[in-house]
Amino acid sequence: MRWEETVVEEATADKEDTSAPETVVQSSVPQPKDDFQEELVIRPLHSGDIYASFQFRTLWETDFMRGNKVSHYRLFPKSLGQVISKFSVRELHISFTQGYWRTMQWGQPFLPSPPGAELWVWFQDSVTDVDGTWKELTNVLSGIFCASLNFIDSTNTVQPSASFKPLGIGNVTDHRFLRYATLPREIVCTENLTPWKKLLPCGSKAGLAVLLKSEKLFHSSFHSQAVHIRPVCQDWQCKTTSWELRQTLNVVFDLHTPGQGKLEWSLFKMFSRTLTEACPLASSSKIYIDITDDPQGEQFEVSPATHLLSQAMVLGDRRTFSVYDLTQQITFGTVRSLNLLIRWKSSEDMLRPLLHAERYVAGYGLQTGEIHTLMYNNHPYRSFPVLLLDSVPWYLRLYIHTLTVTSKGKDNKPSYIHYQPSKDRVRPHLLEMLVQLPPNSVTEVTVQFERALLKWTEYTPDPNHGFYVGSSVISSLVPSIVAMDTNSTREQPLFSSFFPCKEESSYFMRVYTEPLLVNLPTPDFSMPYNVICLTCTVVAVGYGSLYNLLTRSFQIEEPSPGLAKRIANIIRKMRGVPPL
Amino acid sequence: IIVGVPLWWRTTETYRAWLPVSQINELSNLQLQLSAEVEVVFARGTVTPEQQKKVPLTQIQDEEHTVDGDLFINAVCLVVTKIRRLQGNICLKCVFSRGHSFEVQDMDVYVGQRRTALLRIGAQMRVGKTLDQLLAHLEPRIKQVLQVMSFSHTDISAALSDRVRLSPGNKESIADSMRTFKSSPGYEITFSLLNPDPKSHRLHWDIEGAVQTYIQPLLTKLASVANFSIDSQTLYYAMLGVNPRFDSSLSAYTLHSDSLAHVINPVEARLGSNAASSNPVLNFLLYVPDAHHSPLYIHDRKKQEVPSNAFHSPRWGGIMVYNVNGFYGPEAVFPVDVNINMAKVMGVFLAQLRLLLGVQSSTAPSGFLVAPCGSNGLADWELDRLMWSRSVENVATATTTITSLAQLLEQIGNIVINDNIAEQVSSAVTSLQLAVAELETGNLRFALQYSKEAILASERAFFDPSLLHLLYFPDDQKFAIYIPLFLPMCVPILLSLLKIVSDARQKRREKQAKKD
Repeated sequence: MRWEETVVEEATADKEDTSAPETVVQSSVPQPKDDFQEELVIRPLHSGDIYASFQFRTLWETDFMRGNKVSHYRLFPKSLGQVISKFSVRELHISFTQGYWRTMQWGQPFLPSPPGAELWVWFQDSVTDVDGTWKELTNVLSGIFCASLNFIDSTNTVQPSASFKPLGIGNVTDHRFLRYATLPREIVCTENLTPWKKLLPCGSKAGLAVLLKSEKLFHSSFHSQAVHIRPVCQDWQCKTTSWELRQTLNVVFDLHTPGQGKLEWSLFKMFSRTLTEACPLASSSKIYIDITDDPQGEQFEVSPATHLLSQAMVLGDRRTFSVYDLTQQITFGTVRSLNLLIRWKSSEDMLRPLLHAERYVAGYGLQTGEIHTLMYNNHPYRSFPVLLLDSVPWYLRLYIHTLTVTSKGKDNKPSYIHYQPSKDRVRPHLLEMLVQLPPNSVTEVTVQFERALLKWTEYTPDPNHGFYVGSSVISSLVPSIVAMDTNSTREQPLFSSFFPCKEESSYFMRVYTEPLLVNLPTPDFSMPYNVICLTCTVVAVGYGSLYNLLTRSFQIEEPSPGLAKRIANIIRKMRGVPPL
Repeated sequence: IIVGVPLWWRTTETYRAWLPVSQINELSNLQLQLSAEVEVVFARGTVTPEQQKKVPLTQIQDEEHTVDGDLFINAVCLVVTKIRRLQGNICLKCVFSRGHSFEVQDMDVYVGQRRTALLRIGAQMRVGKTLDQLLAHLEPRIKQVLQVMSFSHTDISAALSDRVRLSPGNKESIADSMRTFKSSPGYEITFSLLNPDPKSHRLHWDIEGAVQTYIQPLLTKLASVANFSIDSQTLYYAMLGVNPRFDSSLSAYTLHSDSLAHVINPVEARLGSNAASSNPVLNFLLYVPDAHHSPLYIHDRKKQEVPSNAFHSPRWGGIMVYNVNGFYGPEAVFPVDVNINMAKVMGVFLAQLRLLLGVQSSTAPSGFLVAPCGSNGLADWELDRLMWSRSVENVATATTTITSLAQLLEQIGNIVINDNIAEQVSSAVTSLQLAVAELETGNLRFALQYSKEAILASERAFFDPSLLHLLYFPDDQKFAIYIPLFLPMCVPILLSLLKIVSDARQKRREKQAKKD
């Protein structure tokens, strides 16, 4: 490349010089229309692991929906803004997860996500060709996030009728504009994290994002990163809307080393970094540490100690957090860096989560099988309904007449079933149902299936590994143990404000089951070539004998003397007798 | 054999649609004929009424530009001499007038904002000379005007530079042609404000208003050439790739022109490509150095400060360094709010944009005075110039694409050619022919339109995924299929051949033995 200095001609530089001369503005700075907040929640889990949840929120008071083109970006990333305005997206939720969230040991995550990649998008009702737009959108997103989202096609896309309602404002509930797809096989690694970090205004240069170093993040039991875009209300009356971009990253570290007796962790031990400053663009930058289980500091101690305490309702539970405000210089103390440290003293059992689920494949042989989904309601006295969503690829042919739902040994009839049968190589099965879970019970959903034979080009490169079936999604309003305060002011921390909650006594919860790994009948892929070789050899042998028959001349040859005669002759020769 | 051979032939042949190969070959010679219409208007009193009647109405000047021997551009300058009859909007007008209508005395030719040029007839060419002499005197002038206002040899060879290797020694024109973006149906213009130090500077730029005031008029004018879309972003903590050196004599940091090439690499990773389209992106970066490295100046090869403090990279975009340290004192409390003077910034970016789009005024010959361009930053004749070179470039590119596609398909006999590819190819060929025809008649707008269509169709045909999919069946795989059949079959044949040879030898030996 050749670099040249720019010579500005007089003609262009002598534009009318009307705009205000550069000055240091003291007071008349226009209020920025966008706002950035960052937050880190650390919760010690009862299994001895540490759960760290990052949330970065960018709010932008603009309107992608009306016809005017949005093209001037400040804090909001340009690439995502272009995607929203080009594809008329109303809501976009994408998550990449490595590992499975163990609900029974870890409790509920702030933001659930299934293993692999998950993408669900609500389009605006002005979109005419939703499928075409969805296809293009997945291709563009796979470029932005360096993921294989381009493998999303009609065979793994469904339109759930009830499970995925818009989380932002807008009362469009026509599920024609909703697309949902999962890629359970997707492996999440550094190349997905780097573009995700690039979307942050401060990048990984300042603020909480400094901690996000891939060599530590991916050396963990669970890693999940997500991007959620939705329109939200600007104020109480909801006169103006703004766009919310939430980037979340959840990670569970297994710091429990069996040999050493004491349990302790610190920011440096987890992330191999300490914090020195907040992102200068953030209007709020806070670290919360969950000390609910130990308000008196008996079980563990946090250092440096803080007196700022905050209470928040998370997932139906009132929890206490100690808060570190990074925008205050005093937080960093004299060493100008913050390295939080917790030492455990003892640990005890935790409450079982009210709702959790698991799933497995039963049966033997390669022809038929059975999918079992177990849903646990651990609430002692209340029953509540759940929505179960199952999306099964077409090569597992579900026998829907074998669908049974039993709880406590009795038949439990679902009150709503939405079933869309699959079409071979076109679309997957979609099964949605509303099931009432009795208190303190296990509800089992079973359905039988038959394995289909694929064409030889449809097999993955390692077909003997098996084929993944995405997680089932269980969404429900779980009755809360603690009464909830509905006064949802904007002051509450980010981790508690994602799912909108309407009722006082219950909270929304989404649970993902394990993905399934199903073996399909796999042919021997070298067989065509073997057949070719075999037939060709047979043909060649036939040809060879025919050729010999045609070309050789046959003569009668005097038969050679037999073996006995020859031996006899040798003996006779030795004895000096003339041969026979 | 009767059944097997045709069956084998049928099953192994590939579908290949018909392509207009002969027309493509014809096009690949690329004989373009460009014609520009010139209307010559004599001002009152320049010619006598008797002469007026004798002025020939039309006059055609042929001019042949040969670029690298194998293609000719036949530039026909159609000089229509008309007297006091102004009409038509696309053609050039040369208005001749007597000397005193010029205000500046040492100017011979004045090129106006629209498509008009004023020429002065020298003092010796006053009334009384014969008409032939007058016309002969005019001819070289008109030629000069044409070269400035429509197209010249260098323009055309620059437009064809990808196709034709330029003769060495023509460095300047190579640089010119390399600087300009390649012709494309659309461009994305991205303005980025790089703020490496958000802790000390809180920058405010009114990019929306500035684009409306400064850039949009130019782009509206260029709308017939290409579609433009503009966006802007602010990038924080974006560092340059080079550490500027501190120059104690200036008490400022300097960036030498040799190191400029390394400057943008780390920035470019964060600029991001446009997710929504695949058009080329023109990047314009405004870099505000951080408080500890201010002020920052760019030095050219002669170690002189560049007055605009900006530089541009060919076919990429431009960077301007904007120092803000002068606007606050040393005791200022960080962060400081700074409003950026967009008029200054946009002046630089507009100049860069003109260069990168190829709207450059080639150095006018001596005696020419070019009027300053109007409020939209682009004179009509400059647009014409751009359209001329863009059409020629488009035609050349489309021809190259189509020719190479045809060659490729001819060379590799195994590629399946679908009907839609054949359709694309023939539509590209028709548009090309139309574009060439329009260029001949001088209809710039249509020529550009058709040449764009030709490019689109040819690219679509060239990059069709069906050509890539099972691009060809490699020969080694064919061998792998056929060897199990033919190798065992060869064994008895070879054995019998060996036997024949040995038999023949033995016979010869026996014959020799008999002779002996």
